[in-house]
Amino acid sequence: MAQEKVSKVSILTNGIIKENPVLRLVLGTCSTLAVTTAVSNAIGMGVAFTFVLVCSNIMIALLRNVIPAKVHLPCYIVIIAGFVTIVQMVMQAYVNSLYTALGVFLPLIVVNCIILGRAEMFACKNTVVDSALDGIGMGIGYTLTVVLMATIREILGSGTWLGFQIMPKGFVTIGIMTQAPGAFLCFGLLMALCVWVEDKLDARIERKIGCQPLKDLQEGEDK
Amino acid sequence: MFVKLAAIFFSMILVNNYVLVKFYGICPFLGVSKKLDSSLGMSGAVIFVMFMATAVTFPIQIFVLDPADLGYLQTIVFILVIAVLVQFIEIFLKKYMVSLYNALGVYLPLITTNCCVLAVTILVVDDYGADVQTLGFAVAYIESLVCAIGSGVGFMLAMCLFSGVRKRVEVCDAPGPFKGLPITLVAAAITSLSFMGFGGIVENLFNVTL
Repeated sequence: MAQEKVSKVSILTNGIIKENPVLRLVLGTCSTLAVTTAVSNAIGMGVAFTFVLVCSNIMIALLRNVIPAKVHLPCYIVIIAGFVTIVQMVMQAYVNSLYTALGVFLPLIVVNCIILGRAEMFACKNTVVDSALDGIGMGIGYTLTVVLMATIREILGSGTWLGFQIMPKGFVTIGIMTQAPGAFLCFGLLMALCVWVEDKLDARIERKIGCQPLKDLQEGEDK
Repeated sequence: MFVKLAAIFFSMILVNNYVLVKFYGICPFLGVSKKLDSSLGMSGAVIFVMFMATAVTFPIQIFVLDPADLGYLQTIVFILVIAVLVQFIEIFLKKYMVSLYNALGVYLPLITTNCCVLAVTILVVDDYGADVQTLGFAVAYIESLVCAIGSGVGFMLAMCLFSGVRKRVEVCDAPGPFKGLPITLVAAAITSLSFMGFGGIVENLFNVTL
């Protein structure tokens, strides 16, 4: 009993540090780069993303013995798209400013490789409770990472955090940080920092771009 | 008319570049851009699928979803259409155009889950859907197809430029923690910086407001 409890906790915490989806597994880069212009966008995206991930993980785990292997990808996509549509409708009704700010990246959650990846790697092989915990852990890991990135970008780029002025008046903002190059730069530096910490802890892992079919292709290229 | 189409085409390539400015399709951009020929093959397949997907989804939105007031089903319908279309294209090429299949075949399964394709189909509806009322369906349809091809060519440009950049970066002796992906991302930041220089070029060149 005690042992099982530990394993449940480890499933939950797995996504936050050990298999952080953004910095360690390098999944879902598109949305990470795009929504981190402001902390409010990052939090909104993180919540929407976590909701979709948890729900789709539960649903796929429930249906794991029903979905035929040959058409598993279309099935997953339909399930995920259904939950994304729910999120879109709720957001449009209650937080319209966020809906406008996230724009097309909200429907693009459908093709986010973290959700598809977790469906394929975890939810289709594990029980409903485990899958839900995995979804919550991964969702928290994603949200924390994008909020961290957005914090760096918003403070340097506009001198504010969540809309509040926090830098002193004379602070010269680095406008580029909230624009496209700043996203790549911030992500690159953050990942380098992450690798540096891994080196110190002697736990460096080899990073490959996450999407599963891409991995196969890369391995083919390397041979 | 022609000037506007040209303006749309070039603004999608340079100003609103899908990869370096808008962040659609970062996975293949970082994953497949190691060699020039694989980036050419991948972006060829992307252009093809983007064009076909827009050609199919735009009429669906205008003639099926909008009259039936089903706009909220857009995401589900579009992703399913794209998934089916990619499968269909793969089967069709395998049977009838073997040489093209040999060139693009390995990249096709990747494209269903590529953000570029879903993004372009949703964005052309947002941008040119209103033109159906004012300019007629034919004009809006042509505009959206030109936009789709332009975005695809922009993707190709970014992939090809970056595969060149990457070749240089890979032989560099980067500081320890930067080796591999981090230095690639920093290089992407500088490439993206160069694309910011194109801001406003299209409006001034063609004298139109987009």
